[in-house]
Amino acid sequence: MSNQLYGPTEHVAADAGWQGGQPRLGFFTDTSVCIGCKACEVACKEWNEVPEDGLNLLGSSYDNTGALGASTWRHVAFVEQPRQLGSQDSGLAEAAAGTRSDFRWLMESDVCKHCTHAACLDVCPTGSLFRTEFGTVVVQDDICNGCGYCVPACPFGVIDRREGGKAVKNNGLAQKCTLCYDRIGAGMTPACAQACPTQSIQFGDLDELRARAEERQRALHASGVTEARLYLDDPDDGIGGGGAMFLLLDEPEVYGLPPDPVVTTRDLPAMWKRAALAGVALAAGAVAAFLGGRA
Amino acid sequence: MSAPGTSAPGMSAPGRVEDRSRPGGRRRRRSAERQMVPDAQFTSYYGRPVVKASPWTEDIPGYLFLGGLAGGSALLGAGADLTGRPALRRTARLGAAGAITASLGLLVHDLGRPSRFLNMLRVAKPTSPMSVGTWILTAFGPAAGVAAAGELAGLLPRPLRRLVGAVDRPAGLAAAALGPAVAAYTAVLIADTATPSWHEAHRELPFVFAGSAAVAAGGLGMLGAPVGQAGPARRLAVGGALLELAASQRMESSMGIAAEPLHEGRAGTLMKASKALTGLGTLGTLLARRDRRVAAASGIALLAGSACTRFGIFYAGQASARDPKYTVVPQRERLEARRP
Repeated sequence: MSNQLYGPTEHVAADAGWQGGQPRLGFFTDTSVCIGCKACEVACKEWNEVPEDGLNLLGSSYDNTGALGASTWRHVAFVEQPRQLGSQDSGLAEAAAGTRSDFRWLMESDVCKHCTHAACLDVCPTGSLFRTEFGTVVVQDDICNGCGYCVPACPFGVIDRREGGKAVKNNGLAQKCTLCYDRIGAGMTPACAQACPTQSIQFGDLDELRARAEERQRALHASGVTEARLYLDDPDDGIGGGGAMFLLLDEPEVYGLPPDPVVTTRDLPAMWKRAALAGVALAAGAVAAFLGGRA
Repeated sequence: MSAPGTSAPGMSAPGRVEDRSRPGGRRRRRSAERQMVPDAQFTSYYGRPVVKASPWTEDIPGYLFLGGLAGGSALLGAGADLTGRPALRRTARLGAAGAITASLGLLVHDLGRPSRFLNMLRVAKPTSPMSVGTWILTAFGPAAGVAAAGELAGLLPRPLRRLVGAVDRPAGLAAAALGPAVAAYTAVLIADTATPSWHEAHRELPFVFAGSAAVAAGGLGMLGAPVGQAGPARRLAVGGALLELAASQRMESSMGIAAEPLHEGRAGTLMKASKALTGLGTLGTLLARRDRRVAAASGIALLAGSACTRFGIFYAGQASARDPKYTVVPQRERLEARRP
């Protein structure tokens, strides 16, 4: 039981007991080249047989998907802002009479972060959620009993319990992105990255992706897009770094991402200590209740 | 409706934390006391939650209450057994076994796949409070059951009666040894999540739950045992109420804005009811040594107070997960504080 709950971890698969030294695989999502086509959403649904989960008009730009969930493993966020993107001229300054002088459209394809320290995996009481040899985090559908504990544990609100009645595949079970465990095991690219027409979603060895992300950030800064920033690239962050990292053009919360996520299990040892103290207090109180009075 | 992220934090005009991207805004003003905390500004994605609220129904707070009642009652039952209080022993043992049986039913019912509940026993994982709790309950349930069988020995066939008569005390003591764990681990269960009002309470919540368990078990003892034998139940209830009150106060002051949901909406009503009922029941214990009816009424008030605490904390957590404010604002403040 030497599993690390927090902090940088060099070999996450080895920490989970894997031998063989597979490189850690993951995603780098470069939102600066996302065009909002949602091919990733569709490819993911098709390949993974993820059921339909509502055909709604949400009134939030072109986002009618809403959020990641049990039956949404890729979600493209759309944010409209009255701001310039870098030094680009939107051409709207004269067109609109004062209501809109500038405009930029942020699009971001969100996905499970496959955390180095994954709260969903830590709290799973059946062992259904496990760390793969690629360092990713996957639900085993035949083990999960739908306790739902992983749902509030995730600091990103990614995983959810699928509800939809008996006719729906894997009804009642926790479901999320598998980073296409079946495809990457056969040396293929995950469906979303394969379908992405602009290479906004890049798949590969995490170390290489991190180097690519840093290079991309430098290039954007040099071309005047100074607001470009990396998210979940740092092994020193609250989840030990993500297996999926992002290049964003605004603060994470603008895209619905937590600005400083911390795996809840970081505090678990402290919590067990406090619970032990509370239990001792209760036992001592009971003893005192019997010794302490006349009646 | 305003567009999300119309400006980066720090650029927008200072304003209340109200989520302006949601029509109708907040339903309730915060109390004057809370307003002294300076309002932070934050951005969200169309006002949508960042973390997900647990998919749990009322089964879970029901379980939190019954688990506390069972754990506390096991302690009372063993004490009553050792000190010769048969009526208190009977109430407490039957209460412990009944409460733990009902809570197991609630836990299985809340699963997405109830038929797979035994999958909980595939692994033992210290990083999963639910796994740890499963094993605690697996040991506690049978012990509490055997102790309760001792009270029903008269109904059993003769050979079984003798066996039960020999093992009910050791079983009751084993249940009592596990009782505090049953009562306190549930605090870790809900605190070990990204749900703001549960996680931010993690330092004091075990003490709130331990106190609340003592209140419930004491209440049940006062309800079921004659006043002459219920002294320990009264003292346990009073001690539990004091612990719960002190720990709650400390908890709320250490939670930051995540304490707000404890005062709003359904959670706020339940937490107020909890204080009133527990207070009333505690006062009642002073008169309960003479009058069985007062004792019974106080016992019911204490039981209800304990249930209100658990339901209140449950709903506060659910509400805190649904409002992005409680996730974004503290994290943003943390980041700003780290910025050189």
